[in-house]
Amino acid sequence: MEELFSTTYPVAQADYVTAGKASADIKRRLKQLGVGGDVLRRVAVASYEVELNLVIHSLGGELTLTVFPDAVQLVSADVGPGIRDLAMAMREGYSTANEEARSLGFGAGMGLPNMKRNADEFDIQSEYGKGTTITMRFRLS
Amino acid sequence: MTVTELKQLINARDMTPSVSTEREVSCGYTCDLLSWVMAHGEEGMAWVTVQTHLNVIAVAVLADMACVVLPEQIDMEEESLKKAESEGLCVLSSPMTAYEICGLMASQGIPAHT
Repeated sequence: MEELFSTTYPVAQADYVTAGKASADIKRRLKQLGVGGDVLRRVAVASYEVELNLVIHSLGGELTLTVFPDAVQLVSADVGPGIRDLAMAMREGYSTANEEARSLGFGAGMGLPNMKRNADEFDIQSEYGKGTTITMRFRLS
Repeated sequence: MTVTELKQLINARDMTPSVSTEREVSCGYTCDLLSWVMAHGEEGMAWVTVQTHLNVIAVAVLADMACVVLPEQIDMEEESLKKAESEGLCVLSSPMTAYEICGLMASQGIPAHT
């Protein structure tokens, strides 16, 4: 289906100061487009989780928001390092976050499961040594 | 219960005076793991936490919470407070412990979930 709107946010590794900026902007833009309620909240939570995953775990990447007439799509693509054990990473409570991230209250091992729970469709492709791409879709009813 | 009433109940300081405290508190929660809060945060929530950095504000705003409550007279970084005010999020600081704050909220009928 034809896209109504698309924008991409670069997200830097270990930038905890501006972390959450892309998600806040995504929420604001969707609000402007008339998206609200439960869908807006689920997109906001999932976009923040995926943005923080880029900050905590990746070597940097980007987050792309695309709005279709019937759905919102978020795609996170990073430049590495990729996930060594994807099955473990999808488990609640499993985390490889470093001390800096943990000291800020991250690293509870909830990120990926939380994204999956909030999105209507969730897909993750990762190759260790290369990178990770996460695609999430949220239906607009 | 409104944020104003919560503030009186827990004898709190209003750290964000430019933000309205008329909003209704729909439920209460306490946790210091931000990822955990992202999974369980709800609209209208009063969230008790000892964390004070910028990401606390981001989580509370994204979940559309009513306020953040700091226990044991904890101060929040100026940068975080500025962000909270610009986002219209109320931050309170109470002399009570997180346990006492939650006990009082529960005794006044604030539920764990909406």
